[in-house]
Amino acid sequence: MNARDRILARVRLALDRASETAQSESAATVRDRLRNRPRGPLPAMNWDLVPRFRERCFSLSSTVDEIARLDQVPHAVARYLAGNALPSACVCWPKLAPLEWTAAGLQVEARPATGDDATGISGVFCAIAETGTLMLLSGAENYATTSLLPDTHIAVVPATRIVRSMEDAWDLLRSERGALPRQVTFVSGPSRTGDIEMTLVLGIHGPYRVHVIVVGG
Amino acid sequence: MQVTSQQFKRKAAEALANPKLRKALSNLRARMVIGRAQSVLELDNLEQIREAAKSARDFALAHLDHLLEQFERNACARGAQVHWAETGDDVNRLVLEIARRNAVRKIIKSKSMLGEETGLNHYLEAAGIEVRETDLGEYIIQEARETPSHIIAPAIHRTADEIADLFQQKHKLPRKTDIGEMTREARMVLRPHFLTADMGITGANFLVAESGTSMIVTNEGNGRMTTTLPRVHVAIAGIEKVLPTLEDVAFILRLLTRSATGQSISNYLTFTTGPKQAGDKDGPDEFHIILVDAGRTRVLASDLRAALRCIRCGACMNHCPVYQSVGGHAYGWVYPGPIGAVLTPAYVGLENALDLPNAATMCNQCGVVCPVKIPLPDLMRKLREQQVERGLRPWSERLALRFWAWVALRPAAYAWIARLLAAVGRWAGGSMRLMHKLPGGASWSRYRDMPAPPGKTFRELYRRRK
Repeated sequence: MNARDRILARVRLALDRASETAQSESAATVRDRLRNRPRGPLPAMNWDLVPRFRERCFSLSSTVDEIARLDQVPHAVARYLAGNALPSACVCWPKLAPLEWTAAGLQVEARPATGDDATGISGVFCAIAETGTLMLLSGAENYATTSLLPDTHIAVVPATRIVRSMEDAWDLLRSERGALPRQVTFVSGPSRTGDIEMTLVLGIHGPYRVHVIVVGG
Repeated sequence: MQVTSQQFKRKAAEALANPKLRKALSNLRARMVIGRAQSVLELDNLEQIREAAKSARDFALAHLDHLLEQFERNACARGAQVHWAETGDDVNRLVLEIARRNAVRKIIKSKSMLGEETGLNHYLEAAGIEVRETDLGEYIIQEARETPSHIIAPAIHRTADEIADLFQQKHKLPRKTDIGEMTREARMVLRPHFLTADMGITGANFLVAESGTSMIVTNEGNGRMTTTLPRVHVAIAGIEKVLPTLEDVAFILRLLTRSATGQSISNYLTFTTGPKQAGDKDGPDEFHIILVDAGRTRVLASDLRAALRCIRCGACMNHCPVYQSVGGHAYGWVYPGPIGAVLTPAYVGLENALDLPNAATMCNQCGVVCPVKIPLPDLMRKLREQQVERGLRPWSERLALRFWAWVALRPAAYAWIARLLAAVGRWAGGSMRLMHKLPGGASWSRYRDMPAPPGKTFRELYRRRK
């Protein structure tokens, strides 16, 4: 008997499930629950997706820009960087590399971010309107560092990828990917802490700025 | 962590006399209490969600063995290595073995209260490994060589001035006065550690059985770095943290973040399933999950089981008049406030934490705000009963109660003593009709005056009226 067996034995004893029938009933109940995956009660969500997403982003101190087409992204990024007096050199996810960055006056490299990069530009798997949240998946070309190490994180969000709630986001992930990737990260605004005298400060270990560009809303 | 709950009364008295601490604790009200109240207004069905959260947690506990087996199976299928630890010492030993096997010299940590239970940091440091806490609050108390005084805001007992002094001393940089500047300084000082650590250790807010996923709820970004940048990641979690599905996590999170800090959602939610996959750009080569008992199976078998529903939001302590007055260190272990008053005796022994279940007004603010409806005052009452049954109360208290029982069973003696006390009380009250001293009741009368009895007992007055 090893630690695992002893712990599980103590759990079974504590739950007073001595008989075989009780054991198999419990196992069946668990199997059903994992298969059916019932949702918990949802609060009322009587709002439209894009306006709600925009309003929630503001409340988290993210900024939001709305443009019509994907090819306008480089100019939207250039406008944002100039408006905040930020450098024109960025890193991005490879899937955004084909956009016309140089034409917009930017030097954008498709590689993971280091501690020296000022701005990281990523895509998202989807975004959640209820809370103004970005859902990022790990992957071969979805560098974790892009949205984590630089001071500024810019996220390109197609309006069609804005869903209502986290429950809807999980459904979307299951239907499109089947299984979870190594890491699923939900990002809701610039990093923050209140650990000193409960005073809210933005920009601790993660980015200090989060700028969301909604495309085709 | 070493247990000092036996010194609760002394430490509480010191805390009450400490104006800096009182001021620091008053910050709780603004952010945590008012924050929670405002954020739950966003939920039109708060009580429905609370009831469902209680059911989900009870379901998980009622089927804990099967859920843990499912969790393990699914985690291992994705390449995670799952270990089981019966005691805190086992946790420490397992973590050190993993570190040694991987030639780890530096560890970064994203907070883990379970790690505090086992004394993990000290154990690893004694073995010659550098351990760096990266949550700003945890970093502060690590540098100050203190223990956390709150489970969400561990440095809440420290003023900004004290932290500025600490940073100046440790960082050898000009002293900052602005909290924003101090935060930026901490970011700058800690950033190199993220990039050079060999191993990351986190806790887990929840373990998701359906996918073998471990998830953490953070705001700062250090949790993301700790689970991604180093080549080894170890997550330590109490066995009670398991939930069946991602749907369960989604709806319970709505309560967790609001109850903890008044946020609609926490800045970062990180769901980790297995180590780096083929084709992944980022991630550790090895991901270890340590499932920990350390007294949880004993609580599961006891009448305190409801305490295992706890999702570690901290709402109970934020709303507790006792915690608000004395802070967390007086409680003497890892978990303060109402949940600490229940878990501490449960985990470290009833006889080592006698005062904690008694340091309560039974106002039930904790019960009202608990997202999973743990009946905390009831559990404290059960612990008080257990103390009496096991003869753990001081002899003076037992003697006084025995005397009271003797008198209460004898109506004539009761009436006579009551008449005597009423007369004495009236005399002691003087013209002000206030008694300033209660013999044998100094701990009450030191801070309170009692109105003097009018001179006749109720029964005498009643007889007279008839």
